[in-house]
Amino acid sequence: MAELATLPRLLLRNARELRTRAAIREKDRGIWQSYSWEDYHAQVRDFALGLAALGFKRGDRLSVIGDNRPRLYWAQVAAQCLGGVSVPVYQDSIAKELAFVWNHADVSVIVAEDQEQIDKVLGLREQLSTLRYVIYDDPRGMLHYKHDWLKSFADVQALGREFGKTHGGYFDAAIEQGKADDLAFVCYTSGTTGNPKGAMITHANALETAKMAMSAEEFRVDDDYLAYLPMAWVGDAFYTLVMSLVVGFACNCPESPETVQRDLRELGPTLILAPPRIWENMLTAVQVKGADAPPLKRWVFDRFRGAAERAEILRSEGKPIPLGLRLAIALGEFFVYGPVRDQLGLRRARWALTGGAPLGPDTFRFFRSIGVNLKQVYGSTETTGLVSLQPSREANPTTAGRPCPGIEVKIADRGEVLVRSAGVFRGYLKNEEATREVIDPQGWFHTGDAGFIDPRGHLVIIDRAKDVGALADGTPFAPQFVENKLKFSPFIREAVAFGDQKPFVTAMIAIDMSTVGNWAERRSLAYTSYMDLSQKPEVRALIREEIRKCNETLPEAGKVRRFLLLTKDLEADDAEMTRTRKVRRRYVAEKYTPVTDAFYGGRDEVELATTITYEDGRQATLQSRVRVEDVEEAAVRG
Amino acid sequence: MSALVEIREVSKAFGGVQAVTRVSLDVTKGEIVSVIGPNGAGKTTVLNMVSGFYHPDTGRIALESRDVTDLAPSRIAELGVARTFQNIALFRGMTVLDNLMLGRHVHMKSGVLSSFLYWGLAQKEEVRHRRRVEDIIDFLKIQDLRTRPTGSLAYGLQKRVELGRALALDPKVLLLDEPMGGMNQEEKEDMARFILDVNEEWGTTIILIEHDMGVVMDISDRVAVLDMGQKIAEGTPDEVRANPAVIKAYLGEPKASAKEARRG
Repeated sequence: MAELATLPRLLLRNARELRTRAAIREKDRGIWQSYSWEDYHAQVRDFALGLAALGFKRGDRLSVIGDNRPRLYWAQVAAQCLGGVSVPVYQDSIAKELAFVWNHADVSVIVAEDQEQIDKVLGLREQLSTLRYVIYDDPRGMLHYKHDWLKSFADVQALGREFGKTHGGYFDAAIEQGKADDLAFVCYTSGTTGNPKGAMITHANALETAKMAMSAEEFRVDDDYLAYLPMAWVGDAFYTLVMSLVVGFACNCPESPETVQRDLRELGPTLILAPPRIWENMLTAVQVKGADAPPLKRWVFDRFRGAAERAEILRSEGKPIPLGLRLAIALGEFFVYGPVRDQLGLRRARWALTGGAPLGPDTFRFFRSIGVNLKQVYGSTETTGLVSLQPSREANPTTAGRPCPGIEVKIADRGEVLVRSAGVFRGYLKNEEATREVIDPQGWFHTGDAGFIDPRGHLVIIDRAKDVGALADGTPFAPQFVENKLKFSPFIREAVAFGDQKPFVTAMIAIDMSTVGNWAERRSLAYTSYMDLSQKPEVRALIREEIRKCNETLPEAGKVRRFLLLTKDLEADDAEMTRTRKVRRRYVAEKYTPVTDAFYGGRDEVELATTITYEDGRQATLQSRVRVEDVEEAAVRG
Repeated sequence: MSALVEIREVSKAFGGVQAVTRVSLDVTKGEIVSVIGPNGAGKTTVLNMVSGFYHPDTGRIALESRDVTDLAPSRIAELGVARTFQNIALFRGMTVLDNLMLGRHVHMKSGVLSSFLYWGLAQKEEVRHRRRVEDIIDFLKIQDLRTRPTGSLAYGLQKRVELGRALALDPKVLLLDEPMGGMNQEEKEDMARFILDVNEEWGTTIILIEHDMGVVMDISDRVAVLDMGQKIAEGTPDEVRANPAVIKAYLGEPKASAKEARRG
C-alpha cells in the first residue's frame, strides 16, 4: 500500500487503471461535460508543470476560491503533486477573513473562479505579502486586467506543456517524492471565537479516514456524487477529492449555485451529502407542491404519505409491519414515493447523509418513509470530516451514529466527546498552543462537543461542551439542545437560548422569512420587510404557539419562559454566526446584552441598535424598539 | 475612419410637436455613447429613428456608410442593429430560452417545412443557434432561468433577458433604451457590468439612453445631451458635466429667471 500513500499517486493509478471512466463532470452551456481519469490526469499534470515553471515548490501553499469547478479541484491536486498544500477558502468570507487566512497560511498562489473573485483578491493584493501569482478560471471580463502576476488557467497549462518538453519526467518524479506525512490540506475552521484556525490534514489523515469510511459505508466506482457544498469545508475536500480519488467515482459540478436543485434532478446522484437546511428546503418544496395539487392528487399523496410514515415508525421500533400496510407501501412506491424521489433527484441515491447540525425528526422521518436512505453522520474538520455514521438499518433522528471502524471514541468528564484515530489532524497551523488544547498527550482529540454513548453504541451529541451550563438552581442547561428543538419549527430560522446562571430559560428568535412570509400572505397580512414582518403581533402569536409546542418536549425547568423576535436574521457577515451557520454564542451574548437584561429584568420592551455589516465591509445601524414576550402568561390572557 | 452610425441633421415632428430638430451624432465602432436629457427631450425618438421604427422628416441616417434612413425595422435588424425597450417587450408567456432563440430569428435560414421535419440542415442549424444562445445565457448568468416563463421573472431579470434577446441577434450596434430604469442599485451595477462586458468581449457598439447620471458618466466613452429636441452638448463625460448649457437644462435657470419663465 506504500505505493498509494498520497493523493497524487492515486491519481496516477486511476489514470492507469480507470482510464476513460468518468472522473469529473461540469455542467457548462446547459450540457454535462465529462472528463475521464485520463483527462483529469492530463489537466492536473499540465497545471502542475505550469506551477513548477512559475517556481511553485514543495511545501508551498495554493488557495482556491469560487464555486465548485473542475479546474479549482485540479489546481488543488496539482499543488499536492508538487508537494504543495491546498488551502481552500469560503468565497463568501468578508475581506478581512480572507486576508487573514491567506497571510496566515503563507499562500503563494491563488486560483480564483472568475472576475468577481479576482476583484476580491486585487482589493487585498497590497496586504498579501507572500502572494506571488493569481490564476483565474473564467476569462470573462478579464481583458483589461493586465499584470504579470495574473494569469489564466489555460496560460499556466500552456506554460506547463512547454516546461514539460524540457523537463521530461518532472511530474512523476515530483509525485514520487511525496510522502504520506506531507500536508495535503489546511482547512480553516470558522471558529466560534477569535480568528479562524487552520487545521493541518496530511495525506495519511485523508487516506486513513477514507479507509474507515469505506469499511462503514458502501462506495462504488460507478457512483455519482454532486459536488455543490463549499470547497473550503472539509466534507467537500473529503468526498469530492479524497473519496473520489480513492474509489474512482465521478464528481459532478453543478452549473451555478442557483441551478443545484435542477442539476440534482437531472443527474440523480447515487451518493448525497447535504446539511439539514437542504433537506428542510426539499421537504418544504414537496409540501408546497402538495398543497397546490388538485384535490384527488392531494388526497392520494396524503394517504400514502401517512402510510409510509406509520410504517417507518414501526420499522424504527423494530416492530413487524402488518400486511395491509405493506401492500399500501408497495402501491405507494409506484404512485407517490418513486415519483417524489424522482422529482427531488433522489431516485438513484443509495444513501444520503445529513450532518453538521441536527435535522428535525419530522423531516428525517419523511425522507426515510419515502424510501430515501437518509442517515446522520458526525465529524469535524479536525477529524477529516468523519467520526461516526449511522448504519442503514439503524438510522434514526436522534443519534450521530456508530463510530466508524478504526475510530476510538470515549466520553471524558463533563461529557466531552474524545476521538482517537489515524484521521485526527496533525494540529493547527502556526498555533501550537491551540493544538495542545485539543490533542492531549495520549493522542485524544477533544471535540469540544458534549455527548454520550447510548445503549446501542451510538454516539449522541447534545451541545458544545463549553456551552453546557446550569440554571441558577443548578439544573444543567444545554442551550443548543433548546435551540435545535425550536429550530425544528418551520417558522423559526435561528434561535439563541439563554439560561446559564439565570433563573429560567429565554430565547431570541429569528423568524424564517419565507415560511412566515407565506403564512402572512395566506392570512392577507401585509408586510414590507423582515423587520416589519417580525414585529407583527400576529407573528408574535404564531411563534409563541410554536414555542409552547416545543416546550411540551422540554423538561419543566428547561422550558422557554420569555422570548423576543429579532428584527434581522443572524448573519455570518455580522460575525454573529460562523460560515457554517453556528451561533457565535459569546459574541452574540455580548452584542445583545440589552436583550438579556430585559429578559431577566422583567421589562416588556427593549431598544435594539443593530449594526449590519455588508459584504464589502460597510456598516449601517438600525434602531428599533422590540417587544419582549412571555410564553405562558400571555396564554392565560389570550 | 468613418463612423459606424452616422446621424445627420435628423428632424421629426408628431403633428404640431417638433420632437427632434436637426440632431446629428456620429458613433464610432466599439464606442459606448449615451444620450441623455430631461423627459421629452427626444431621446427615444432618435433611437426609434435609428432602429427604423420612425423615419425622419428630414435628414439622413447611415450604417457603415450605407443609407438606412427609409428602411423597414426588420431590414435594419438584419443589418445588425438590435435594441431593448423602455417598457420591457418580451413574450411573457414564453420561456427565457424561447425568447432568446427568437432573437436568433434573423439568422435562421430553414424554411417552415424543413423546420417542421427537424431533420438534416434544419437540425444542425438549430443546434448552432442554441449554442450561441447558451453562450449568452452563460454570459448573463441566467442558467437557472432557462425554462421559466419571462412573465414570472422579477423586473430586473426581465431587463437582463431582454438584453440577452438583443444580443442573440449578434448585433453590430446595440440600442438600449433605459436599461437600468426602475432597478435598484445592485441591479444597476450588474447591468452596467454586463454592458461593459458586451462592449469589451464582442466589441459591440452601444448607444444607450439612461437617466442615472452616475452610471452614464461611469461607462460612456461619449455623452450627447438633448433638450427640447435639440442637441445642446456632446463630449466626454467630464466635458459634458462641466458644460453650462447642460447644467442649465438639468437644473434650470437661477431662481429669479425661473419665475420669469413661468410668468411668460
